[in-house]
Amino acid sequence: MVMNLDWEFIAESLPLYGDAMWLTLKLAFWAILFSLVLGLIFSVILYYKVKGISFIIQAYIELSRNTPLLVQLFFLYYGLPKVGLRMSEVTCAIVGLTFLGGSYMTEAFRGGMEAVSRTQVESGLSIGLSRTQLARYVILPQAFAISIPSLGANVIFLLKETSIVGAIALMDLMNVAKDLIGMHYKTAESLLLLVAAYLILVLPLSVVLSWLERKVRYAEFGD
Amino acid sequence: MQNSGIEVLFEGSNFERLLGGLLVTIEISFVSIVIGTVLGIVMGLLRTLNVKPLQALLRLYLEAFRIIPILVWLYVVHFSFTPLLNIDISGETTSILVFSLWGAAEIGDIVRGALQSMPKHQEESGAALGLSRGQLYRYILIPQAIRRMVPGAINLATRMIKTTSLVVLIGVIEVVKIGQQIIELGVIKAPTASFWVYGFIFILYFAVCFPLSRISRRVERRWQN
Amino acid sequence: MINTGELLLEVEGLQKSFGERLVLSGIDLQVVKGEVTVILGPSGCGKSTLLRCLNGLEPVQGGRISYHGQDLAGPQVNWREVRQRIGMVFQNYELFSHMTVLDNILLGPLKVQKREPKEARQQAEQLLGRVGLLDRKDAYPRQLSGGQKQRIAIVRALCMNPEIMLFDEVTASLDPEMVREVLDVILGLAEQGMTMIIVTHEMGFAKSVGDRIVFMDQGSICEIAEPQQFFTQPATERAQHFLDIFQY
Repeated sequence: MVMNLDWEFIAESLPLYGDAMWLTLKLAFWAILFSLVLGLIFSVILYYKVKGISFIIQAYIELSRNTPLLVQLFFLYYGLPKVGLRMSEVTCAIVGLTFLGGSYMTEAFRGGMEAVSRTQVESGLSIGLSRTQLARYVILPQAFAISIPSLGANVIFLLKETSIVGAIALMDLMNVAKDLIGMHYKTAESLLLLVAAYLILVLPLSVVLSWLERKVRYAEFGD
Repeated sequence: MQNSGIEVLFEGSNFERLLGGLLVTIEISFVSIVIGTVLGIVMGLLRTLNVKPLQALLRLYLEAFRIIPILVWLYVVHFSFTPLLNIDISGETTSILVFSLWGAAEIGDIVRGALQSMPKHQEESGAALGLSRGQLYRYILIPQAIRRMVPGAINLATRMIKTTSLVVLIGVIEVVKIGQQIIELGVIKAPTASFWVYGFIFILYFAVCFPLSRISRRVERRWQN
Repeated sequence: MINTGELLLEVEGLQKSFGERLVLSGIDLQVVKGEVTVILGPSGCGKSTLLRCLNGLEPVQGGRISYHGQDLAGPQVNWREVRQRIGMVFQNYELFSHMTVLDNILLGPLKVQKREPKEARQQAEQLLGRVGLLDRKDAYPRQLSGGQKQRIAIVRALCMNPEIMLFDEVTASLDPEMVREVLDVILGLAEQGMTMIIVTHEMGFAKSVGDRIVFMDQGSICEIAEPQQFFTQPATERAQHFLDIFQY
């Protein structure tokens, strides 16, 4: 399949894609940041089995992991204003992505915390560390290192999930491509730029992640 | 009693229509998983062969789905097939095509992972008992490989069902689309319809995916030891 | 030698069970300042569990553990405070794997005891020197051998200036050639008059380090004797049987 690409069109469209990539990065940045914070807090609560709250967090995790982001976003954007809660598109997208990402980050941190061995915890106790000190100096630093691969995978996951925010009227990469196809019939060019944009966004992260994964696996501080 | 708006779900055939829409989603996932599994097993086996170019190619194929979002692939097929290749293809077919190819990539990786993680000594102790090659596969390797694969495969199914919600964006009439139609029709009579309809769809997806992830977790735990 | 001097720790009728299974049934034991108590017994006799109870790592179901007039078996124990004075070393040389040797040792003195960094560091280095590992102070645990790790784990406990040290089979996971270096450190402590309770399987070591031997079987103490007495003429048949197993 040999196609004659319209390079002029591609050059003219670049700024549009650039803006959309910037939007994607902005949304992903905030969503990932909030998800990490949420995940860190929730995983500590779950680890210490705080009564009551643990159950609520567990329920949240199940709801978040077993429903699609698209439906979550539609509910936030179209549903909630009907009962008086109105948010801007950008806020909606960040809230939706955080609702989704928070549970994934919680699971990643929790997996790491549970992988810290019981005996490490006991040696911490035996020198008189309090529960908070134990978490801060012994469990979390080790858990964080163990969680890096799954945290990284979640970052990529969330970055890719931003492709869905176009559904709530944000001018993201998907909508830019769709509009260009609709207006100019430059299908091949528009799609090519779309794929390229995601490659530029995700590929470097994916390479860094697999490098990190190898590093963590081989240089684990274990024995 | 004040009109809360939840009635919109039960007006006329709305309830049945929404469930029917959900069925479309599940059908697309189901067909894709079946096709994806068949292709994936072949792909997984091919990936364990020590043929370098083939390995690289299949790895590239997998990474294409891991790096580029599924929605992008749906758009690529949806927008390019008719105008560029002159093939008329429905939204459903597009969806099944994309989801099957994605499923094949992921199932292929699960199969490869299961086969490669099989401890060598299992095979050796089997051989030491005098089992033939066929018996070795039949009684030891395949049962163990399946145990390693099933949780991942169920997990993938859950992910796929969630992801099929995207097909509404390429014009497939499924549960979200039907929800939109119901909301549009009732816009004057039931102004809060979108809250209830999207809330209900949210619950529908949860009702399908939650049991699946439960099963996958249980199977994983039971087969761990 | 037995039971003279200041009483530090007194255990009375201690009961401990895991669910239905009784692992300690009425332990009575007294530890005097400066005394080295070695606990021997077959696997599963409850000797490690006893040590863990003394450090609050296992909740107990009955009896008393009296330490400076405080009952450690009671409900309202400030274990953080007690653990600073009862040091413990584990079988699996549990150094914190993400910290250097010095950071491992200083974590307790600085964060728990809130001591002056300079002074704590000085003590840590002095202790490291004593076990011959001062040059490894900036190493990470993964760069050390098992014997080195275990010696550092001992230093980590010592640097809290504990009154009593508990050793839970500290050589059981070591390669044979590294056992000696660790036992020598403990012997050195004994010579300086450190109060210690040692659970071990090293019979020769038990004989030379112990002021007395406590022999346990099936969750209770069968006999308490001076090493010489215990290894030549044990009073109980079970102890005799236990010793026989260790001699070819």
